[in-house]
Amino acid sequence: MVEQLKKSQDKRLTTVRELGQLRQSIISNRDTSRVTVSVCGGTGCRAMGAEDVVDAFSEEIEKKELPVKIEFKETGCHGFCERGPVVVIGPRKIFYQKVKPQDVPEIIDETVLKGKIVRRLLYTDPATNQEITYESDVPFYKKQTRLILGANGEIDPSDIEQYIVAGGYTALSKVLTGMSSEQVISEITRSGLRGRGGGGFPTGRKWQSCRVAKNDIKYVLCNADEGDPGAYQDRSILEGNPHSVIEGMIIGAYAIGSNQGYIYVRNEYPLAVEHARTAIAQAEEYGLLGDDILGSGFSFHVTINKGGGAFVCGESSALIASLEGKLGEPKAKYVHMSEKGLWDRPSLLNNVKTWANVPLIINKGADWYTKIGTAGSKGTMVFSLVGKINNTGLVEVPMGITLREMIFGIGGGIPNGKKFKAVQTGGPSGGCIPESLLDTPVDFDELTKLGSMMGSGGMIIMDEDNCMVDVARYFIEFLKGESCGKCTPCREGLAKLSEILDRITRGKGNPEDITTMRDLAEVLDIGALCALGRTAANPVLSTLRYFKDEYTAHIIDKKCPAHVCRELITYSIDTEKCTGCGVCARVCPTKAVTGEKKQPHVINTGLCIECGACFDGCKFGAVVRS
Amino acid sequence: METELDFAAVQAIIANNAGKIEALIDSYVDKKEQLISLLQDIQSEFNYIPQDVIIRISQKLEIPLSQIFSVATFFKAFSLKPRGRHVITVCLGTACHVRGGQRLVDKMARTYQLKPGETSPDERFTLETANCLGCCALGPVVVVDGKYESQVTPDKLDKILKKYD
Repeated sequence: MVEQLKKSQDKRLTTVRELGQLRQSIISNRDTSRVTVSVCGGTGCRAMGAEDVVDAFSEEIEKKELPVKIEFKETGCHGFCERGPVVVIGPRKIFYQKVKPQDVPEIIDETVLKGKIVRRLLYTDPATNQEITYESDVPFYKKQTRLILGANGEIDPSDIEQYIVAGGYTALSKVLTGMSSEQVISEITRSGLRGRGGGGFPTGRKWQSCRVAKNDIKYVLCNADEGDPGAYQDRSILEGNPHSVIEGMIIGAYAIGSNQGYIYVRNEYPLAVEHARTAIAQAEEYGLLGDDILGSGFSFHVTINKGGGAFVCGESSALIASLEGKLGEPKAKYVHMSEKGLWDRPSLLNNVKTWANVPLIINKGADWYTKIGTAGSKGTMVFSLVGKINNTGLVEVPMGITLREMIFGIGGGIPNGKKFKAVQTGGPSGGCIPESLLDTPVDFDELTKLGSMMGSGGMIIMDEDNCMVDVARYFIEFLKGESCGKCTPCREGLAKLSEILDRITRGKGNPEDITTMRDLAEVLDIGALCALGRTAANPVLSTLRYFKDEYTAHIIDKKCPAHVCRELITYSIDTEKCTGCGVCARVCPTKAVTGEKKQPHVINTGLCIECGACFDGCKFGAVVRS
Repeated sequence: METELDFAAVQAIIANNAGKIEALIDSYVDKKEQLISLLQDIQSEFNYIPQDVIIRISQKLEIPLSQIFSVATFFKAFSLKPRGRHVITVCLGTACHVRGGQRLVDKMARTYQLKPGETSPDERFTLETANCLGCCALGPVVVVDGKYESQVTPDKLDKILKKYD
């Protein structure tokens, strides 16, 4: 069967049955004794040199006439970005990290051919100092529930057949053969799925209002304009498993009666664009997308639109304006977009992760899905753990897990023995949560109660060396730059907030600034046009709520306790500790450090620009910040 | 639009590519709404969006010049000035910020006299910043001509940039 299909130029599947047959034939034709080698080809691992590792494997496999059959693939992001490039050898899933091209011959000779472990490539758990052989035993993975991300490490995103073998498009088959649009929506509603883009709006309700909207033309949109700094799960899903998103969109289109969809993806994610394009082309080729899908009579087309690099375009009405070729400016929402969205027609907009959840719910049922998560937030959530954390990467956990479990259990805690200070969630408009609240379960409602929010799942961990006033300044500066400038509260309010925070971090703040900032926050909340502006003061409010003492230190004592704010710190050299190695003088950009070789050096404070290069460079802890 | 650019040279480039530009714009005649996509195509061809091309788009697609100009200046991805031979993007996402990304921007200002959005007079480098490139594990991240460099320090930045002239 597979041969027949492969031989025929036309790979188009015309019935659900043919799809099942294709899946079965690929599975039964597989050599069960084969060894699988998966190299992570996500953007993170690629930046660490994964492509060279892939080339080395291809060369090596071609060069040697291997007695065993190898299934070699470059997959999507495995999530453990800190340890890239990552290579996993199946079927037992031996986990190798930080693999270099020169390690490849040994991996083939030892592991692939003899089943032996190359120990130097294993991951050592810093907590127990134990070497770990199998992926499932690595604490980072062990404590996760990888429903959405799981397939990322298994399939080559540029090969639709691998997705099909992994059970892909079974949900679509189920929908097309026996579910009415009402039944699909009822299943999604019962599952309790809430929008994963940050708002947390009940997905089923959104679908229903779009279904009942009266119009011949409706649109299905995927928001992949992941603008939150520190969040990259949407990129990883679209790169690593684009078909799961497309399948979700087809089901959504079927449910509301739409024939045209758009994926709005960030310009900064070239690999995600490439993989989504390939996936769409292949799905069309196999008759899973386009006209008359699997012979059902239902047609749906998907087009990719690249964003122009504006954070505000993640907001629904701005995204639509941008899709229409206009400025990405939000509109006041008197009319909901389920009635008047893209080109004034009913439009269903969901985030990448929301779409990826859909096939899962249809396949396994709402009853199964509701067993995962908390009362108000069902299912899993994908977080990106970044910043000052040992295990940087993408983490998928059931809703309701505590922040502590996530940061210390999965994330492995804070590097270099530093003390945890805060976790920032929810993107620029989110908030900073202190140590005392780490036992809070993470779901939509709990994070909102703490003055933060879920957002698209970014979690930036900060340690004692991060200044919370500087963090607030950073986010306000960010939002000021990204404000589209249409409404006055946002445009002027953020400019004023930014000016005040800048002043405070330069030691020129005064006590009234706190009151002024709170007033401005209120104005933004009441007066701004869109969610960007309304929530823009959150970084200030949450840091004021939990880290007021740091503001006081800056304003009253003119000190930055974390030694970050340049104008409030001075550098000097401890002559006792200085060995005169000269590293500080070499790295100093302004030649402020001078001294004879092997003699204690000195810093000329007049020339010093407080960049901290000497502090970072000194191996003896002789540079003192005060 | 103040640029130190050699207008004659630009005119020559555009003249040499006139056919290509016309064909590109023509392919959007029925899809005026995809203006952003057209501008992206133009930019990937020329590395920036030449003023003459904007005028041509306006004439051919009957889109007001003001609208094209507003779109081209609103989105960060577009540049109306020619960019250097090498584009340096410093990531200033939160993860890179907490790991010291700003110091790389400071370094560019200090050593190369380049602020974000600027191109060096010898057209060697253009400096840009990004809000997040989504590879937070590698922060601070710098991308030069599409090549990702991880855990970059001001010192390391010098070494990286030496490879590009």
